Amino acid sequence: MSTKAKGRRLRTQWRKQDAELTLLALPTTIWYILFCFLPMFGIIIAFKNFKISGGFLSNVVNSPWSGFKNFEFLFKSNDAWIIIRNTLGYNIIFIILHIVIPVALALMIGMLHNRRAGKVYQTMMFLPYFLSWVVVSAVGWAFLSFDKGIVNQMLVNMGSEPINWYMEPKYWPYFLIFMNVWKGLGYGMVVYLATITGIDRTYYEAAVIDGASIWQQTRFITLPLMKLVIVMMFILAVGRIFYTDFGLFFQVPRDANSLFNVTTTIDVLVYKQLKTATVGMASAAAFVQSVLGCITILTANWIVRRLDPDSAMI
Amino acid sequence: MATRTAYESGLDKFNRPGKGVNVIFNLIFILLALICVVPMLVVLSISLSSEESIRQTGYHMFPTALSGEAYGYIAQQGTMILRALGVSLFVTIVGTVLGILLTTSMGYVISRPNYKLKGLLTWIVFIPMIFNGGLVSSYYINANLLGLKDSVWALILPLAVSSFNVIICKTFFKSTIPDGLIESAEMDGAGQLRIFFSIILPISLPVIATIGLFLCFAYWNDWFQSMLYINNQDLYSLQALLNNLMSNVDALAKNAANMGVSYAMLVATMPKESARMAVAIVIVLPVAFAYPFFQRYFISGLTIGAVKG
Repeated sequence: MSTKAKGRRLRTQWRKQDAELTLLALPTTIWYILFCFLPMFGIIIAFKNFKISGGFLSNVVNSPWSGFKNFEFLFKSNDAWIIIRNTLGYNIIFIILHIVIPVALALMIGMLHNRRAGKVYQTMMFLPYFLSWVVVSAVGWAFLSFDKGIVNQMLVNMGSEPINWYMEPKYWPYFLIFMNVWKGLGYGMVVYLATITGIDRTYYEAAVIDGASIWQQTRFITLPLMKLVIVMMFILAVGRIFYTDFGLFFQVPRDANSLFNVTTTIDVLVYKQLKTATVGMASAAAFVQSVLGCITILTANWIVRRLDPDSAMI
Repeated sequence: MATRTAYESGLDKFNRPGKGVNVIFNLIFILLALICVVPMLVVLSISLSSEESIRQTGYHMFPTALSGEAYGYIAQQGTMILRALGVSLFVTIVGTVLGILLTTSMGYVISRPNYKLKGLLTWIVFIPMIFNGGLVSSYYINANLLGLKDSVWALILPLAVSSFNVIICKTFFKSTIPDGLIESAEMDGAGQLRIFFSIILPISLPVIATIGLFLCFAYWNDWFQSMLYINNQDLYSLQALLNNLMSNVDALAKNAANMGVSYAMLVATMPKESARMAVAIVIVLPVAFAYPFFQRYFISGLTIGAVKG
């Protein structure tokens, strides 16, 4: 009898708290429904012959089904091959560089004799991370502008011909890779540096007493203890392999048409077609990105959970 | 001031290379740090060059003819840039406050172990990290269904919440707020709303600072929402204005009539090249001065976020 009464009392008590907590979470829940879940259902326009004029909901419901027509258009165009190559190609390079360079630099900065100098370097290298791509695009223009840019002035001073950088696709893969690494350097080091500073000093003490050199300390203490973090950052990056940084690929090349082949990724194509109101192909490309992205993220998360359950998303 | 480093005093010889290697490492980092900072100094130098010198000899690392005409022009012709500054400030402040409230409240609710809808709400937060509707349907829903086209709220609402930030909050509440504190408040008869606003929020300043900074920088640096939803130039933020100026230098001369000169004359005389670099400096200056002081909150957020989420 007493347990039953207690149970009822607890349940009513919960109910009041539950109502209050639900009220507290209500605004954010509404936000999630409007800005995340409605678009998920809106994704069906990829299978429709969608017309833009008029109200959105009635259009989604009333526009005729077109099956896989939009996807056929997308994959029969030359653009499909270009955006897939660019999206995956750049991302593979970025994933490798975003591990090798920040790990190497974090190891080095952790070894500096003067800690304060290390802090100053780290702060300075963090600056590009806080700049927007529009500003970075202006910075790029200051260097690469044909008639006024600093690089061309150097070329002319050295007696070479100036180069019209924004018309020459062959240089842009290097520029984009450089810009991406440059902007992400400070950010990339943070996580690895946190791991290195968290390593117990007694490991190194024992190693030094045993006569280990600095390289042996790195090879047999620091790197093995960083391994898990490195692997997880790698897997999480692979999970996002179908997503690219729109600002890098759209703002930095200044949307130059002659650079289309080397700067157009899925995100850029979707944006451009959206702006020209070719909804069919854009929605098909966005659908492919969302579905493949979902699969890779879930796979990555599944692997992370097997390696280290605490670090998994779900 | 002691010039001996910890290394020299022998306290810190572990995991440290010899002196020669240390010098090489320092040189490498000095070079990298300069590569990261010098480009912004070049932009500053261009903004301080006279238009005449730019026209004749182009951009330079160091101004050949120092001039404040770009800033004078900006200050004098005012309206367009002042309005953009106003939009940027409004969006940043309102967005940050709104974002903090929405993020922390959700983070708190899903951190309560006995809450009945915890499972459901946790899924609502998690699913968008895995799957999203993509740009096309988001765009049509925001622009057509929610009527955000050419509204300042298009710059604020879509960026207010991110699941990543909610998870950071949840992790913080779970690990730092003792259950006993909430239980004793409940026993004193305080409602959940009161507990959240007058007990939890005041002791959660570290996580509020972290989330607030993420939001602040995201709003200040955002140009994408403007590109999608804003056609009305009166609603341009500084980023949108710079974006516009990069593709169309003459846009600054638009309010020529306000200054009592003809459009053609203004286009001919205004310091175009230096003025747009000056707008970039107006954007970057507050950021460049603020981030060194706030980066530790950033770093703590990034480390939690990378490990958990």
